[in-house]
Amino acid sequence: MNAEIERRLERILPTVQKPARYVGGEYNQTVKDLAEVDTRVVFCFPDTYEIGMSNVGIRILYEAVNNMPGVWCERAFTPWGDMEEAMRANHIPLYALESHDPLADFDLIPISVGYEMSYTNILTMLDLAGIPLHASERKSLHNIVFAGGACTYNPEPLAEFFDFFSLGEGEESTVEIVNCYRSAKRAGLTKDEFLHEVAKIPGVYVPSFYEHRYNPDGTLAQIVPLHGAPAKVTKRIVQSLDAAVFPTKPIVPSTEIIHDRVNLEVMRGCIRGCRFCQAGYTYRPVRPRLPETLYRQAVDSLESSGDHEITLSSLSTSDYKFLEPLTDRMTDYCAARHIGLSVPSLRADNFSRDLMLKLQRVKKSGLTFAPEAGTQRLRDAINKNVTEEDILKTCEIAFSGGWNNVKLYFMLGLPTETDEDVLGIADLVFKILNTWKAHASNKKRGVRIHVATAFFVPKPFTGFQWEQQITPEEYLRRARLLKNSMFSKSVEYDYHDDRVSEMEAVFARGDRRLGPVIEAAWRRGAKLDGWLEYFDYDKWQAALRDCGIDPSFYTTRGFGLDEVLPWDTIDPGVRKDFLKRERERAYRSEITPDCRHGCAGCGANCLLEGGVCDA
Amino acid sequence: MLRASFRKEGNAVWISHLDLMRVLQRAFRRAGIDLKHSQGFTPHPELSIALPMSVGISSDCELVDFTPAEGVELDPAEVPARLNPVLPAGLTVTDCWAEGRKLKHLVWLEARLTLVYDDGVPDGAAEAIQALLDRPELVVEKHGKKGPVEVDIRPMYRDVRLKREPDPAHPREDALTLTLVCAAQNPTLNPLLLPAAIERYAPEYRPDFTRCRRLRVLDAELEAFR
Repeated sequence: MNAEIERRLERILPTVQKPARYVGGEYNQTVKDLAEVDTRVVFCFPDTYEIGMSNVGIRILYEAVNNMPGVWCERAFTPWGDMEEAMRANHIPLYALESHDPLADFDLIPISVGYEMSYTNILTMLDLAGIPLHASERKSLHNIVFAGGACTYNPEPLAEFFDFFSLGEGEESTVEIVNCYRSAKRAGLTKDEFLHEVAKIPGVYVPSFYEHRYNPDGTLAQIVPLHGAPAKVTKRIVQSLDAAVFPTKPIVPSTEIIHDRVNLEVMRGCIRGCRFCQAGYTYRPVRPRLPETLYRQAVDSLESSGDHEITLSSLSTSDYKFLEPLTDRMTDYCAARHIGLSVPSLRADNFSRDLMLKLQRVKKSGLTFAPEAGTQRLRDAINKNVTEEDILKTCEIAFSGGWNNVKLYFMLGLPTETDEDVLGIADLVFKILNTWKAHASNKKRGVRIHVATAFFVPKPFTGFQWEQQITPEEYLRRARLLKNSMFSKSVEYDYHDDRVSEMEAVFARGDRRLGPVIEAAWRRGAKLDGWLEYFDYDKWQAALRDCGIDPSFYTTRGFGLDEVLPWDTIDPGVRKDFLKRERERAYRSEITPDCRHGCAGCGANCLLEGGVCDA
Repeated sequence: MLRASFRKEGNAVWISHLDLMRVLQRAFRRAGIDLKHSQGFTPHPELSIALPMSVGISSDCELVDFTPAEGVELDPAEVPARLNPVLPAGLTVTDCWAEGRKLKHLVWLEARLTLVYDDGVPDGAAEAIQALLDRPELVVEKHGKKGPVEVDIRPMYRDVRLKREPDPAHPREDALTLTLVCAAQNPTLNPLLLPAAIERYAPEYRPDFTRCRRLRVLDAELEAFR
């Protein structure tokens, strides 16, 4: 342990909230002997420990890198505001949790970026570590800062801060990147020479190798690859999830985190193709894990962690083909040991009484469904292939099975949405309430229907990537319209913050001109923007003004179908002409069947050896 | 019911009382010791830790009571060897036994405070602090549920001893070591109220930092509590 940091920490930790998240030392963390380590990596997550430790990606890559002899991978998270302040006041640099060594001591600093509103946290972490914010200011091979994660499908707003981006799934590419770095270090390459080497790894995108030129109207004119860089960089996938590394000795946090349980990823990708959903497109092609692999991983992880809950995660777990054999085996194992088994992301169209009974053998958790839209027309337009009948039938099963708590998620501001669609949500909720009245097994306990609406944010690589976002005022009008149409005391309604969603939309489809905005907002004190207690809209407005940027360019304007898009350099497998076709179908309220009912030809199958999806 | 005693030190001192319950529940599972579970909506292993402790305080004498599940044969003597390999750093089970005394007989706690002075212990500090703490009355401000209240803590501690001596874990520091016996419950005395009293009544001897460790749990007769 770093003695000086230790001494200062001891004095500030009693003054901050939840100090356990700042000291590491959890069961199953990896500690290596520095004498046997030639390369030090610190995985950073630009949000709190509780959020970051709930992220499966970080855990997988921590395992993958620590499996490499001679390489030690540690962790760092964004400190909460009180801790950041105390660290600055006491001159404590950001340190890695395992060794408590300052981040500046590390060779490679990968940062997992999954949410637009965490961008300022990246700057907070680099600054707290004393590492220059801009890639161009970091001249040597020391402190190479790169990123992966969902936001790197449009990394342009972050381009000036990162040396490179690792696109797609990192199990294999991260290991290749670390090895490339070790060779570069041994050979004494310059940073520039290293960047040329690392760019040869498939999936690695070096933003400084591309020049973005703009038209007088502000739209992108051209993206010019420099130094022989490829015009497109294709994301990486792992071919076999069964062979891919998976941490079966997970770190067990000593303090409660958001997902405080074993998280078993049953498949990657989603067969559905909801037109607003970035993950649904970018995680393609669909690849399941075999139930045998999963059962073994579940048992190993549960025994090694001592967790008393396990969740079967994926974008749509009830679509996992082997769900029944897997849950059969799992429920027997779990029930005998008081282990709760939960299945999130259920769909209302294939929810079965059987599955419900299995899941409540140990612990009964709430039911959550996401119909996303209130009318069939709009559900068809967004390709959420769920019918009202499915939803009501599912609720009937749940209510008669003793559930009295349902959460329903919707979106407001979806393309083509009218007031009729908004009122359709209230109508659906009313029908669900009536279903409860007709089928509740125990009416005395009452019912709670929790309705939540999100403000639609158009995302890159979706069928809606060109669409306009409605204004925050219009969103609030629709939210109020909905609120005033739901009368029952059993219904609770809340809606996402309009201003956060507006900013999210700016950065989701942003270009390189937004890098200075992020920095300006951060310099004005913006931090932890994903947390409403910190999010400060005025700071962002001021930062946009400072940089002469009109946010509506990225939100309500919409992007032209022939416009050069900032993310055009990136190839997620799914083709642009497919996305255009999906957009057209949306405007005709025409559904696209899921992958099992016929291949829609998205193009992601080309990423697979053999070119055939196992949907 | 079985009772185990354990040490909490190093970075484990930052684990809060509630989090420590989670940590121990998981550790029992990892050790393969099945605990009796509560009934109801969300069954959880039954386990209770005596005398909740503020974060930042270390201890040689924490107590946890637990009940193995029905049908589980468990020799208490084996418990430390089974739990210790699966505990996070800083937690060490030192002993385990059956039929612990009722917790209401746990009356006193022996504790050690290390008063650290970054610029060296001021002359006369030990004597002045000894005299302060031996006063017949010592009123300090305590943060109660209804805001700050003035409390005389003098009846809540005894046997104060001061020595110019560093903490065993930090041998190079210049510090005063203060040992005392303080009330364990009804009401409990947070030993960190003592440096607060020094700050109020003898600010020139205010330490820059105070470390606290629980050493032993005692009954009303000051005999070891088990």
